[in-house]
Amino acid sequence: MKILVGVKRVIDYNVKVRVKADGTGVETANVKMSMNPFDEIGVEEAVRLKEKGIATEIVAVSMGPAAAQETIRTALAMGADRGILVQTDAELQPLAVAKLFKALVAKESPQLVILGKQAIDDDCNQTGQMLAALLGWAQGTFASKVAPADGRLEVTREVDGGLETLSIALPAVVTTDLRLNEPRYASLPNIMKAKKKPIETLTPDALGVDPAPRLVTLKVAEPAKRLAGVKVKDVAELVDKLKNEAKVI
Amino acid sequence: MSVLVLADHDNASLKPATLNAIAAAAKLGPVHVLVAGHGCDGAAAAAAQAPDVAKVLKADAAPYAHPLAENVAPLVAGLARGYGHVLAAATTVGKNIMPRVAALLDVQQISDVLQIDAADTFVRPIYAGNALATVRSGDAIKVITIRGTAFPAAAATGGSAPIETVGDAGDAGLSSFLRSELSKSERPELTAARIVVSGGRGMANGENFKTYLEPLADKLGAAVGASRAAVDAGFVPNDYQVGQTGKVVAPDLYLAVGISGAIQHLAGMKDSKVIVAINKDEEAPIFQVADFGLVGDLFKLVPELTAALPPRK
Ligand SMILES: Cc1cc2nc3c(=O)[nH]c(=O)nc-3n(C[C@H](O)[C@H](O)[C@H](O)COP(=O)(O)OP(=O)(O)OC[C@H]3O[C@@H](n4cnc5c(N)ncnc54)[C@H](O)[C@@H]3O)c2cc1C
Repeated sequence: MKILVGVKRVIDYNVKVRVKADGTGVETANVKMSMNPFDEIGVEEAVRLKEKGIATEIVAVSMGPAAAQETIRTALAMGADRGILVQTDAELQPLAVAKLFKALVAKESPQLVILGKQAIDDDCNQTGQMLAALLGWAQGTFASKVAPADGRLEVTREVDGGLETLSIALPAVVTTDLRLNEPRYASLPNIMKAKKKPIETLTPDALGVDPAPRLVTLKVAEPAKRLAGVKVKDVAELVDKLKNEAKVI
Repeated sequence: MSVLVLADHDNASLKPATLNAIAAAAKLGPVHVLVAGHGCDGAAAAAAQAPDVAKVLKADAAPYAHPLAENVAPLVAGLARGYGHVLAAATTVGKNIMPRVAALLDVQQISDVLQIDAADTFVRPIYAGNALATVRSGDAIKVITIRGTAFPAAAATGGSAPIETVGDAGDAGLSSFLRSELSKSERPELTAARIVVSGGRGMANGENFKTYLEPLADKLGAAVGASRAAVDAGFVPNDYQVGQTGKVVAPDLYLAVGISGAIQHLAGMKDSKVIVAINKDEEAPIFQVADFGLVGDLFKLVPELTAALPPRK
């Protein structure tokens, strides 16, 4: 089975994001960028499926500026076979990303597309579901376990009440949740090898997709700050404050 | 124009977050609630009792016994064409189904809406809630998920909306439900609880959640939550996770025990009314958002606190 995995370049999860003074977005200059953590989990899952002899080829796909090449290289160092960059400096919203993926699916004919359940920048949690809809495929979202069985996939999903297991037809779209696996660190030899793996560059235009955003961002603002609280000296003082000051117990 | 709300339910009753979505929808127009299920008269009747609901649409058929996105999304998309807005609570059901609906309608969904500024303008969190974006949608139908904590729940009873049966879109034949392992608990539901007691990596193991946190939660009538680290380590099930990529809670009182306060955790609880932190590290970032901080060993302080609390009324 051939697998496409999506790898998005986002502000590293450790960075304390700052809103720009002019309210047009967040500060991205001189900020550390990394692969979206859910996508690392996606790459890891694809590599494990290949190690088990289930996957035959893994294509890592990123969409965005030229610098997203680095994110693809990271995926290649983890074990993906080749990369595709859909290069654009324009803002891409999930519906456009899903349409671009659909065009790549037509070109590559994978059996499985693995995406992260959400990107930690826009926090949308949409692209996988949208892609499945556009393709008319099954979707296994928020996956914490993926097991091929009888030409289908058994996907265990993290849901509000606990876990739920579905059987879904292939081809399918799977989106990863945190507990699916623990991604590996790329070894130095694999990082060297990844430099020689091919990355194809395409454009939305070449894929016949109009990626124009549907949502206009009018303003980006900082949320209201919580006022700093106090340290209490002991349990008795805490109980007193909760009872008599905050009146919550 | 009317607003369509996709109910999250278990066939017998509505999930509490559905009432938050109904409250948000009521700001936009007359509310119709779609209950897609199987043997779902109970849930439909519950929706009909919410005074903010003008009409309930009931699709009762085997393909909807479980909320499979492949089956429910075409039904919602088919009905959506008569509405200006389609909403659902940002529960795992809403998050799974609504983007599929949006793509079928060729519209860009607006996720996790916190505030409605106008019929086409919404505020939503980005970057784990470290920034709030105001966005305007140009799409003809707005497909939206609602962050429950931002909209006080609509009244559950007092109304009597008519229940209309709608046709089913059939089984897409792409997916089937095999089994679920749901956490059983007598406690209030995490996202609806008035008080939440959460434990982190500092709890050290799952046994300690039972020995230390549960008696405290019992005394407070609280729900129990956790950090990602506590879930990853297997101390408690996944549905306990509070945060950017878990559940978002905003109770009257949130107690963070042995939790450092990573931004991803804060994203899920920083809108709580009162925050208490118990942590042995006085530099822990959780203290920057806590109204009341207690520095020390949780294994000593939590039993003391449990003992000092008045018995539950
Ligand atoms: C993509 C992504 C998504 C994430 N999503 C979430 C999410 O939704 N929710 C979430 O919570 N995290 C999330 N995280 C993880 C987050 O970054 C932190 O790693 C996590 O919240 C840390 O959990 P913790 O505070 O329990 O553990 P730690 O950071 O290890 O903190 C443990 C704390 O316990 C204290 N402690 C230890 N022993 C004691 C004792 N005996 N008495 C008192 N205090 C003690 C320590 O001082 C420390 O402050 C996410 C991370 C990523 C990358």
